[in-house]
Amino acid sequence: MSVLVNKNSRIIVQGYTGKEGTFHAEQMIEYGTNVVGGVTPGKGGELHLGRPVFNTVADAVQKAGADTSVIFVPPAFAADAIMEAADAGIKVIICITEGIPVQDMVKAKAYLEKRDCRLVGPNCPGVITPDEAKCGIMPGFIHRKGTIGIVSRSGTLTYEAVDQVTKAGLGQSTCIGIGGDPIVGTTTKEAVELLMNDPETEGIVMIGEIGGTMEADAARYIKEFGTKPVVGFIAGQTAPKGRTMGHAGAIIGGKDDTAAAKMKIMEECGILVVNSPATIGETMLKALKK
Amino acid sequence: MNLHEYQGKALLKSYGVAIQEGILAQSVDEAIAAYEQMRGRTGSDVAIVKAQIHAGGRGKGGGIKLAKNLEEVKTHAGNILGMMLKTPQTPGGLDGPGKLVRKVLIAEDAYAPDFNACKEFYVSILMDRQRKCNVIVYSTEGGMDIEEVAEHTPHLLHKEYIDPTLGLQPFQARKVAFNLGLEGTAIKEMVKFITSLYNAFVGADASLFEINPCLKTGDGRIIAVDSKVVLDDNALYRHPELADQRDTDEEDPTEVEAKSYGLNYVQLSGNVGCMVNGAGLAMATMDIIKLSGGEPANFLDVGGTADAKRVENAFRIILRDDRVKAILINIFGGIVRCDRVAQGVVDAYNNIGNIHVPIIVRLQGTNADLAKKIIDDSGLEVYSAIALQEAADLVKKVLS
Repeated sequence: MSVLVNKNSRIIVQGYTGKEGTFHAEQMIEYGTNVVGGVTPGKGGELHLGRPVFNTVADAVQKAGADTSVIFVPPAFAADAIMEAADAGIKVIICITEGIPVQDMVKAKAYLEKRDCRLVGPNCPGVITPDEAKCGIMPGFIHRKGTIGIVSRSGTLTYEAVDQVTKAGLGQSTCIGIGGDPIVGTTTKEAVELLMNDPETEGIVMIGEIGGTMEADAARYIKEFGTKPVVGFIAGQTAPKGRTMGHAGAIIGGKDDTAAAKMKIMEECGILVVNSPATIGETMLKALKK
Repeated sequence: MNLHEYQGKALLKSYGVAIQEGILAQSVDEAIAAYEQMRGRTGSDVAIVKAQIHAGGRGKGGGIKLAKNLEEVKTHAGNILGMMLKTPQTPGGLDGPGKLVRKVLIAEDAYAPDFNACKEFYVSILMDRQRKCNVIVYSTEGGMDIEEVAEHTPHLLHKEYIDPTLGLQPFQARKVAFNLGLEGTAIKEMVKFITSLYNAFVGADASLFEINPCLKTGDGRIIAVDSKVVLDDNALYRHPELADQRDTDEEDPTEVEAKSYGLNYVQLSGNVGCMVNGAGLAMATMDIIKLSGGEPANFLDVGGTADAKRVENAFRIILRDDRVKAILINIFGGIVRCDRVAQGVVDAYNNIGNIHVPIIVRLQGTNADLAKKIIDDSGLEVYSAIALQEAADLVKKVLS
């Protein structure tokens, strides 16, 4: 098992022939991911990276049996690309694009509510199930197949956690980068829930940051339904109030947004909260040995 | 991106929102001319001189003054223009250095003629992250600090959530008017105010509108006396006319400069500078500096391409702050190859020359071993690390 993506996923790349799309699609294919084609409007019928290009996502679903899409479309067109994928019947939509206008995402999110699909991202590194499918921009080589699920709002900080988990002798079931924007398709709680219900996952690393209530929501879920050890870290313990720290969603508004407030709630809900991002791997290892 | 009050009001007015009128002035002479023009228009001798800076609470710091005649306009404009205005929201608060006032708005007295018949409300629009839709927040407690209202009298704070696919509905605008206790013509006025305000919010891709106070005049008109407008940076490409209104004078000059190099930088006040790829890891690095006994001097995300030029620019910016006693570079190479970053660090170091603070370089990920060798062989006084904990220990060591 694993969640969201695996070796049987039939994956397309939207924005396939663009610079970013080409670069990362190539890496995904090299990793062994089952990329069945891509979408670039106006280039349908061509062959790119040895795979067919389609004009529309609907074509890709119909002709290549696509069920998963990874989006590398520029910000101005990305919300539209998400809705197109949903309309075509794609089940797992992973949007890597950073910088999508918030009001575009408000609309796209509402559009998705009425459809049977899941969005991960935007502004995220993607989703990887080691040795099966790499759907995003993460470096494949730091991952090992294993039993730890990772959920994170960040890119490189996720790699840090992955690397520590790998070096602790553990591996990952699935790593889900949920994204750093104010509106994301899959929340921390939803990602944790997927991993909690995955029989292959034995422990969960949950990495959050300042801003919003996603970590607190996830913590309350874990308190009630958690069956596996969860190690948590919140980035931004030293962040000043009212400033956006890189990610559009990383801003401390009210007092519940702070790292300290989130860490307190997480601890109260039984999560093993680490103060230092350098101790994520070892804390998980200890927790599993208990 | 933040707008000044006068810019925000012009935006609101272009969508049909009634505002307290005003004329911008950048000198005392311009203030006099503005006053005379305003007096000609309103027939009133009274005007308000309002400092234009990107911070709220201006009245508390003496940045908003009522002038009863031309002499008082001269005095107040003279005092306010060029002053370092301190408010609870300027850097460092009331004890900080304040912000230089470069412009004033000469505004009409919106409360005339019957001050006692006026009523102040609070209206704001923002995106609710939990519900993933826009929300209109409003209260009868206008003119006050809304965070106080939320804490002490939450029942006086109302919210109206807007369906993303349908937009604001007329009944919702009416609800706002009735919940604010309005009667007579003011009801219709408030419906018009809320409707056009919401159109402006969506039309301009704003992330925050705060109208405090929103005023009901003696004769039942509803007008915006102040405006705080924050625009969504990601959507500015759709609004070049608004993007042009960015006032970089109001922003930290170093942060503006960093942005021009493609660096995402926020100045803090600690003693350990840092340079990191990725926002989440950058925040985590600040945290680890603190845990190692230091205080972060900045947030700095070099982004996906940490080449020599960027590293050099980042170095120069960090080194300008003489509180910085050490620098921690933390790069997790995914697509970025660590050996290239290491070479960038060495080149930048040599280009700048005479770097007087210890530098700790932690490179992990693609080609990390090669990178460590480049740093170690460079002969520079640079500490290299691969594991994050090692880097943390080195920070502790150089600070002691």
